[in-house]
Amino acid sequence: MDFGFKLSPSSAINLDKVDLSRFEKLHGIEPDIIKCMACGSCTSSCPANRFSGMSLRKVILDLQRGREKEALGMLRNCMLCGKCTMVCPRGINTRHLILSICRIYGEDGK
Amino acid sequence: MRERFLTGYNDFVLPFVCGMIFVLAYCIIGMTRIILQLPAQDRKRFFISLVTPKTFFKNVKDIFLKCLIHVDLWKRNKLLGYMHSSIAFGWFMLILVGHIEVFLYTSNLGAKALYYPIFFRYFVAETESTMKGSLIFFLMDFFLLVVLSGIALAIIKRVRSRLFGMRRTTNPSFLDLVGLYSLWAIFPLRLLAESFTADISGGSFLTKSLNYVFTEFLSNHANMLPAWWAYSCALGIFFFVLPFSRYMHIPTEILLIPLRNAGIRIVNARKGLAKAQVYSCPSCGLCIDACPMVVLKGNIRDTTVYLNRQIRRNNEARIEEISDKCLLCGKCTAVCPVGVEGDKLRIAQRSVRKYSYSPDYSNISAEKEAMMCNKFVTAPNNEVSSADNEKVLYFAGCMTALTPVIRKTTESVLEKAGVEYEIMDKDGGLCCGRPLLMAGRQDQARQLVEKNTEIIMASGADTLLLSCPICYRIFRENYTLPGIEVIHHTEYFERLVLSGRLRMRRDNTKYVYHDPCELGRGCGVYEQPRNVIASAGVLVEAARNRKESICCGGSLGSLTLGFDKRKAMTENAISNLMAGSPDRIVTACPLCMSTFSRYSDRPVEDIAQVVDRTSEAGKL
Repeated sequence: MDFGFKLSPSSAINLDKVDLSRFEKLHGIEPDIIKCMACGSCTSSCPANRFSGMSLRKVILDLQRGREKEALGMLRNCMLCGKCTMVCPRGINTRHLILSICRIYGEDGK
Repeated sequence: MRERFLTGYNDFVLPFVCGMIFVLAYCIIGMTRIILQLPAQDRKRFFISLVTPKTFFKNVKDIFLKCLIHVDLWKRNKLLGYMHSSIAFGWFMLILVGHIEVFLYTSNLGAKALYYPIFFRYFVAETESTMKGSLIFFLMDFFLLVVLSGIALAIIKRVRSRLFGMRRTTNPSFLDLVGLYSLWAIFPLRLLAESFTADISGGSFLTKSLNYVFTEFLSNHANMLPAWWAYSCALGIFFFVLPFSRYMHIPTEILLIPLRNAGIRIVNARKGLAKAQVYSCPSCGLCIDACPMVVLKGNIRDTTVYLNRQIRRNNEARIEEISDKCLLCGKCTAVCPVGVEGDKLRIAQRSVRKYSYSPDYSNISAEKEAMMCNKFVTAPNNEVSSADNEKVLYFAGCMTALTPVIRKTTESVLEKAGVEYEIMDKDGGLCCGRPLLMAGRQDQARQLVEKNTEIIMASGADTLLLSCPICYRIFRENYTLPGIEVIHHTEYFERLVLSGRLRMRRDNTKYVYHDPCELGRGCGVYEQPRNVIASAGVLVEAARNRKESICCGGSLGSLTLGFDKRKAMTENAISNLMAGSPDRIVTACPLCMSTFSRYSDRPVEDIAQVVDRTSEAGKL
């Protein structure tokens, strides 16, 4: 039945229950990750965005909140072209950040 | 000549003989290992190339010109060239003439063949008939003098390397120093030893005259033995440290040259060709001055010569740091006198990294992408309509998407020239794969190459036009596109100008052209952009250009260099371009353009902008 509206499942995240150990490890290697101010320049220049919805802004936010599966899903089509590095107003080395994420986070989200 | 001793043996030959046997065994084992480490296909290719007359003669020629004469160093700096070739060629001739002498004057050599050619003068005495060999005496002294002059220059070079055209030299390791000092000691000691015996065994202008001096105060012949012992010990020490010092390049380069001429590429990061290259590094340090990163002194230890040293030591942490930092501009490869490919070696090191997550592009539909770029439009300019009906597919590339002016002006030029074209990545296409390849993720790069190949083949184009040298390089090296010509826009513009489809208006603006790394050193395109610019204005040259052009510092090659570190490199590259005080900087790479425009005080343009501004439609 279509009521013209629907209920979305809750997207609240309980940070007490999230395992952030891998984010801490990532932060150790890439201290710049907390410099991100979520301006979205990387997303708007990203060529992988129209394939896997890649948005580095969201990836960083998701990892901070422990939503690893969603983050890796977006990273799937990243082509490492480096445009995000060039447009980043905070000077974050996003290519190296992405490579570090690929090193630390596993495919099965362990 | 007659032999002085019945046995033809003295204990002092032992250090030399042991060292010699050790080095020979080490080299034979090492060579066999490197050849066995090659992939089976490459090994077969290598053996075939050894017996093919063409490559055989090329090998002999290259070994002679590179290992002995050091032609590349001569081209760089005469003094540096003389220093190296005098030691290498002089020593080689001493060994060669020494052998000839021994085989002329003695028979029944047996085991004595091991050391006689080196210590011949100790074991023989001059006879009445020896004067026939005076030419050989002269040659031996002459080449000894040549080597000694080289050694003298080498000593000067350690103090004043600038005289030899080198601003910085390598900091030698401990064993390098041991090798260095023993090498310096060998030839003066040889002179001393031969001078002591010159009145018995004969000599020429050098040894004979020194002998007259010595007999003045050292008349006792018993004094000669310590000199011969010292000479033999110096040789022995040199041979024993050779495999563990930079002098390993001497035997390894002889293997590297045939490997290179066989067309073998680096497959494994540490084995096979990579190993041969690492051990061929003579630590000369030419790559230090060449490296664009060295404007910051902290980066000196991250140049190719130190990478080779760390690979030899298996220092994994430093190998990773050095190989990730590099901009992959390829200049160290271009200046290297032995042909160590610093950029490819680093990419190989990056490719062995373990990642627990790998991107995968199988969800991208090539058909859908191809549908978006198969409607070729003919430009409205009918006067110069495409003569040969070529369909040009223009792939602007990721970087051009950040500098849209390049795409717009290129399109405008294509329209003026009446070219039938289509843009492959109007709404952002796929990446070419080169950035992934540079990061060492070869499987991912291969996937993108396959996707792009499908798209291009389905589009029905016959020419693929690129405005980004990064794309251009991988399209030339890693793509197989049968029936499609891959061309960079600098080359295409030159063609349009030469064929008269574009008419240029020349004015007096002074342009300097910056050779992008990937286009110049990577693809060997130097002349075409210069021809185009020369038809638009006055072309001035940078202080260092073409093969030695300096990377803009914006390269995608470096994984770890941040923006703050790159600024000094960009400023250094700009000051290099200012040598001819140009009005405008022209480049042919979107990445160089945006990097330079950040810090340059003059307008920075892509060649497409210059052509668009100064051209009008021609007539066919």
